[in-house]
Amino acid sequence: MEFLERFNKAFESKARLGIMSVLVVNEFLSFNALKELLQLTDGNLATHLRALEEQHYVVVQKQFIGRKPSTTYTATDAGKQAFTEHLNALEKFIKGA
Amino acid sequence: MTSPNESLQALTEIRDLMNRSSKFLSLSGLSGISAGIVALIGAGVAYLKLNTGYLSYEGAGLLTNSTRREVFEFLLIDGLCVMVAALFFGVFFTARKASKLGESVWNLASKRLLISLIIPLATGGIFCLALLNYGIVWVSFPATLIFYGLALLNASKYTLRDVAYLGISQITLGLISLFLTGYNLLMWALGFGVLHIVYGMVMYFKYDKK
Repeated sequence: MEFLERFNKAFESKARLGIMSVLVVNEFLSFNALKELLQLTDGNLATHLRALEEQHYVVVQKQFIGRKPSTTYTATDAGKQAFTEHLNALEKFIKGA
Repeated sequence: MTSPNESLQALTEIRDLMNRSSKFLSLSGLSGISAGIVALIGAGVAYLKLNTGYLSYEGAGLLTNSTRREVFEFLLIDGLCVMVAALFFGVFFTARKASKLGESVWNLASKRLLISLIIPLATGGIFCLALLNYGIVWVSFPATLIFYGLALLNASKYTLRDVAYLGISQITLGLISLFLTGYNLLMWALGFGVLHIVYGMVMYFKYDKK
């Protein structure tokens, strides 16, 4: 199964694929917005985000809006490219089968 | 990811997430229909109250200063009533659809939608106030259509695609209306009334009726 090699291991979980898909169409999203969109628990979302961050697919910005800390996430160029390639592989897999 | 079926499902979910996160899709067709009906009533009231000749380029010259003031005030109140009523019903039906779909009305996408709608709309509103203030009543009718169309076109990237076509139709109608000055009120009723109802019905049967 040669095309299976092109499936990106980083996107094996549904949650990570979901995170990437909303981050490629939005300039940035807050932790809470991601939580609401993907219907994940705090801990679960944080773990997946950390994994993507370690791959350098996602970067974190921490800032203060007034006194409230706000954390936003942005997809990196490498992350977007990896996501597109993963989608292409998925598509090929479906067409080929 | 073992079977093509699972991959297909994953792709469908991805597309859905991308759409949902960047666009406000709960816009109800009924909002458009109700806005159209309200606009037709407003235009009807204006037609009965004013001799529509005043609203054309040729007729405007016949007005004395005091009647011009009256026309100005009447149109302002009529227009504001239409806007408030249309907004009220528009928000009501859309909020109802959103709660049916389990989506919140006030989310990131609807905020973006509102901001991209308000900026061209407020610009047009102030522009028309200035026109009315100088007594150039007839241009303010096409101007509301044109600015409203531009606002819709601008906002359409955050919602259903049909909104872009509605925007283009309003702009076209507004531009034609600039050269058909005798039919200003009719064109206005066509744009805010009939077009809203037509697009509202299309959207209702396309998305809401599922």
